[in-house]
Amino acid sequence: MEKPLTQHMRTDGKPLTLKAYEQVGGYSALRKVLSGMTPAEVLALIKDSNLRGRGGAGFPTGLKWSFVPQDAPKPRYLICNADEMEPGTFKDRSLLESMPHQLIEGMIISAFAIGADVSYVFLRWAYREAAGVITAAIREARDAGYLGDNILGSGYKLEMHLHTGAGRYICGEETALLNSLEGKRAIPRAKPPFPQVSGLFGRPTIVNNVETLCCIPPIVTHGAEWFRKLSRTADAGTKIYGVSGKVRRPGAWELPMGVTLRELIEDHAGGMLDGHKFRGALPGGASTDFLIDLDVKMDYTSVAAAGSRLGTGTVIVLDDQTCPVGFVRNLEHFFAQESCGFCTPCREGIPWIRNILTAMENGEGVSGDIELLEQHTAYLGPGHTFCAFAPGAMEPLQSAIKFFRDDFERHIDEKACPWREHSDTRLPMSHHEMNRYAEDTH
Amino acid sequence: MLTQEEKIGIDHAVAAVPYRKAACIEALKVVQTHRGWISDESLQQVASYLDMSTDELDSVATFYNLIFRKPVGRHIILVCDSISCWVMGYEKLHQHLRAYLGIDYGETTTDGRYTMLPNPCLGTCDGAPALMIDNDLYRNVNPEMLERILSKYP
Ligand SMILES: Cc1cc2nc3c(=O)[nH]c(=O)nc-3n(C[C@H](O)[C@H](O)[C@H](O)COP(=O)(O)O)c2cc1C
Ligand code: SF4
Ligand code: FES
Repeated sequence: MEKPLTQHMRTDGKPLTLKAYEQVGGYSALRKVLSGMTPAEVLALIKDSNLRGRGGAGFPTGLKWSFVPQDAPKPRYLICNADEMEPGTFKDRSLLESMPHQLIEGMIISAFAIGADVSYVFLRWAYREAAGVITAAIREARDAGYLGDNILGSGYKLEMHLHTGAGRYICGEETALLNSLEGKRAIPRAKPPFPQVSGLFGRPTIVNNVETLCCIPPIVTHGAEWFRKLSRTADAGTKIYGVSGKVRRPGAWELPMGVTLRELIEDHAGGMLDGHKFRGALPGGASTDFLIDLDVKMDYTSVAAAGSRLGTGTVIVLDDQTCPVGFVRNLEHFFAQESCGFCTPCREGIPWIRNILTAMENGEGVSGDIELLEQHTAYLGPGHTFCAFAPGAMEPLQSAIKFFRDDFERHIDEKACPWREHSDTRLPMSHHEMNRYAEDTH
Repeated sequence: MLTQEEKIGIDHAVAAVPYRKAACIEALKVVQTHRGWISDESLQQVASYLDMSTDELDSVATFYNLIFRKPVGRHIILVCDSISCWVMGYEKLHQHLRAYLGIDYGETTTDGRYTMLPNPCLGTCDGAPALMIDNDLYRNVNPEMLERILSKYP
């Protein structure tokens, strides 16, 4: 089984140095591109590979790149989205910490394809180790002539900077990310104009996920057909999948696209912990709908057909010892805190949802609450809010009500959470956002 | 007054962007690294160094979770309160931390040693529950380990 993203990772998790990366063929894809391919040829290759963005939406990478107008003036920007703050997601971290040069090589090739001359890595604050690794790797790459004014003597010029965030989930949304990079509040932008035309500082900009960019060098080296054939299904390549929750061996693994949820949980994660049964799972982070069928193939097309989204491909398991209402309450608490606050339905609706779920958990749910939650899932769904944050927040809730409605009803009927040991410990209800520590000053 | 060291850090960030204001988040982080938090005075100094108004800079400062506009302790404990950690026993861990330190989220111990804050998913969910103290990540944390871990941060 081929693992183009992780095969050269060191077992101790330390970063692969420039030298070690070169010894296993690193930067040969870049040499190939700069010594004879045109940007249009690189673009055609990536289109042909069927690579889809690994940031969550699965947008075809080649198609996205092709939206940059060919005659657009410089500067143009390429941005690596390394914000990874989607709860339950831990796939980009290992690539950033262990394979910095594969990411950098992928970024240089991608930047060449869209004619970018400046690139940024937008890294979440909490990835302190990755910050050190990427900083050192950018320096190494510049010293070796892979970055700078005249890369490998080709005349192509690219600068690369690391930007570390200041902690807000919404920074991962690509237009909010652009505002954050410009030193503003990370509020999403209206589209159109799309970033490919008018992005960072008003210039053409491509934003791609870490894992997407790491796929680029192997595609250049081995070809589009090879990449497509790595997958078991129509969605090409390998994928870094992860599993967390009450399983024997939580972890992340690079596997062919299209493995089943069952294989992930039973084979790779070693099955459920003793005494725990599988009830459902979020297939790709907090903003995805529950799946309850273990035989779903974990690719973009199949997970969508099963009523959810592959998202980030990092599975969060719900077991029978864990309360589904409490589970969703935790998620909505996160969304209530991290809403950027720009549009009313999201800013006001999600805290309301969180409070209803909290009341249910405290044994204070009343009849009609479930219907009220359902109204919210409709009014915060696609098309009602300024960005995809709120619809994402509704996905686990709407599917939890669909699959676990009895459990929601029991909370109301029994005036208690059937799973909570200490019904005397009430969960806080208040609107007060404690982790927005900064906002208390006014 | 910004120190020479702070100015060097901010200038480095300014060099990576087309105009000064765009480096303001990084500038706030530089100053926070040296001073622990962003006081009104610090805010004014950074704003004037970057040719922007104090109010504009404050609107940015108050948006981000990890820019502190109130004094904090010598060490920041960021407890992951997101889903995988919740499933794996976050609530017990939080209870223990509260009892052991005598503070809850947003509070600082009376000796000024720790400030405790909740933080969204730390991106290490296969090692849940997790927390960070300053720049260090701790995985698979159970209440028994807390005392030993905390003792490393005087
Ligand atoms: C609320 C929200 C948060 C997001 N967070 C991330 C993130 O942390 N990392 C990421 O790569 N994409 C994230 N995305 C998706 C980005 O907007 C964008 O689609 C992606 O970075 C594009 O990269 P790709 O085409 O390579 O997938 C987020 C989207 C939304 C709506
Ligand atoms: S949906 Fe939520 S996160 Fe998105 S713009 Fe509106 S308030 Fe902000
Ligand atoms: S949920 Fe705690 S590290 Fe991801």
